[in-house]
Amino acid sequence: MMETFIPPEYEVVRDKDLCIACRVCERQCSNEVHEYDEDLKMMLSDSTKCVNCHRCVCLCPTHALKIVKSDDTYRLNGNWSKQAMNEIYRQANDRGVLLSSMGNPEDYPIYFNKILVNASQVTNPPIDPLREPMETIVYLGKKDVEIKRDIEGRLVDTMGPQLKLTTPIMFSAMSYGSISYNAHLSLARAAEELGIYYNTGEGGLHRDFYRYGKNTIVQVASGRFGVHEEYLNTAAAIEIKMGQGAKPGIGGHLPGMKISDEVSRTRMIPKGVDAISPAPHHDIYSIEDLRQLIYTLKEATDYKKPVIVKIAAVHNVAAIASGIARSGADIIAIDGFRGGTGAAPTRIRDNVGIPIELALAQVDERLREEGIRDAVSVVVGGSIHSSSDVVKAVALGADACYIGSAALMALGCHLCRSCHLGKCNWGIATQREDLVKRLNPDTGAERLVNLVKSWTMEIQEMMGGMGINSIEALRGNRLMLRGVGLNEKELELLGILHAGQNM
Amino acid sequence: MKRIYVNEEWCLGCHLCEYECMFANSGLDKMFKLKGRLSEFVPRIKVEGEEGSPVHFAVNCRHCTDAVCVQSCIAGALSKTEEGTVVINRDKCVGCFTCVLVCPYGAIMPGPDGLAAQKCALCTDNGRGGVPNCVSHCPNGAIVYEERE
Repeated sequence: MMETFIPPEYEVVRDKDLCIACRVCERQCSNEVHEYDEDLKMMLSDSTKCVNCHRCVCLCPTHALKIVKSDDTYRLNGNWSKQAMNEIYRQANDRGVLLSSMGNPEDYPIYFNKILVNASQVTNPPIDPLREPMETIVYLGKKDVEIKRDIEGRLVDTMGPQLKLTTPIMFSAMSYGSISYNAHLSLARAAEELGIYYNTGEGGLHRDFYRYGKNTIVQVASGRFGVHEEYLNTAAAIEIKMGQGAKPGIGGHLPGMKISDEVSRTRMIPKGVDAISPAPHHDIYSIEDLRQLIYTLKEATDYKKPVIVKIAAVHNVAAIASGIARSGADIIAIDGFRGGTGAAPTRIRDNVGIPIELALAQVDERLREEGIRDAVSVVVGGSIHSSSDVVKAVALGADACYIGSAALMALGCHLCRSCHLGKCNWGIATQREDLVKRLNPDTGAERLVNLVKSWTMEIQEMMGGMGINSIEALRGNRLMLRGVGLNEKELELLGILHAGQNM
Repeated sequence: MKRIYVNEEWCLGCHLCEYECMFANSGLDKMFKLKGRLSEFVPRIKVEGEEGSPVHFAVNCRHCTDAVCVQSCIAGALSKTEEGTVVINRDKCVGCFTCVLVCPYGAIMPGPDGLAAQKCALCTDNGRGGVPNCVSHCPNGAIVYEERE
């Protein structure tokens, strides 16, 4: 039987006056949208195949292409949206769990956009970052709270291992497999040049990237892909992935078609076979179990590397973070519900978890209340859109931010959210060799460096405006924030005043 | 001297360079004016590699130190500039196309009118100057304009 036709959400529009039929769009589209018709002597486009990645729009030399939202509509219905209806048709056509990629795109509040930052006036004057030093260096790890001295009065150094960041930004975990070799190489090179860290994700570390070890955070996830002693010891830090913001409570599934020779070797799994990460770590069912894994990893690396525990922001995040802080972890990474993914069940991505702003505020507050804030550093991710989000996150209590989607956008990603199809036209979320080569790591690394340097300059400008010359002095400084259009409860949870309120 | 080089590792075979070359040497002020007139122009850079092949690379004049085309030109139309760029004087070219035959890279070709040969002069002969058009429009940084040993 013929499947129900689902009209395309977006339409490719070609300005016939501008199109010279150079066929670049045709050659560049892995979805085979464009085609030169010999009979008509013109280019044709099939919008039903288009994922709206904008590759053709960006490469068209005469700017003859644009992609518009289709105005095709079902009978308007305040209850049944077109999307809800189409999803039903898709599942009726083809049984299965709906899959999506990248972060939750639904219309939930973005609290960062409802928070305003302070600036100095008259007293405590602003500082000009171009004339005066403006410190953005951050050290992540367990901090000593008391000063210990030996019998002769000399300081005893009990400080645990620290990660030094030149700016409070890191590239979040994206596995080799979900993203390409060249995407990984771009991240690694940029991290090295910037003096920050990138994160291998759960897919192991390709042998070519061991040379970037001092800027690498390696991940140990429930699938334990590619984890071995050398992997752990090469890295600057080890991250235990308990959860991911885009899909809290579930594991991962990398389809067999993405398990190429190299991915197979790196992950230490057979080629072409689906890579399944279980939902839980099968050896962790309590904070005590987590502590065992943390100390196993510390033992394996001679207590020289900080251990990060990454969790998704879920309803009881503060209590969970408190447990993690007591489990021996050096750093807690929290991934908000907007965090990206290479593939997640749509229902989970769009309906599970909580906003990172609220999770962060609550975790920071809880750790402070319990007097263990210095026992861990807190790193947050899950849709950090700009440098001002970084500033706000730091003021809410974060030590640093993870950026994933923003980093991929610097590499060319246009958020078409089709990573799970494995045909990324930008050479990022694919293992197809002809597509992977579209991402030249020289340009990729340069663009990432540009982005992070730009953000750092902006962070310095904003700090200067507040009269703060060190990012350390901004951390947890919630008096620098005011909410706008937020209700009492939201303000209470964020621990900030409303705009207009004096302290 | 600075020459155009292609890092074939990054060449996607998108053929944009060919169209950018045609445009740069067309004398037109807007690229879309090439519409319907593509047969009037021949690109001086050519992407080698079949459609769908894993390897592609754009080829244009290497500006050889001992340029065999210059030596073979019976009309004295081909010459080397002080900088080392191999250029052709259309007015002197008699269209014998010996240069087309001798060029080891296939980088000289008859012009669209078939009367004279044409070749890449690094965009010095079309009033553009600076970075050659194929280089500045390569979407993947595969075509570079640089000094090499």
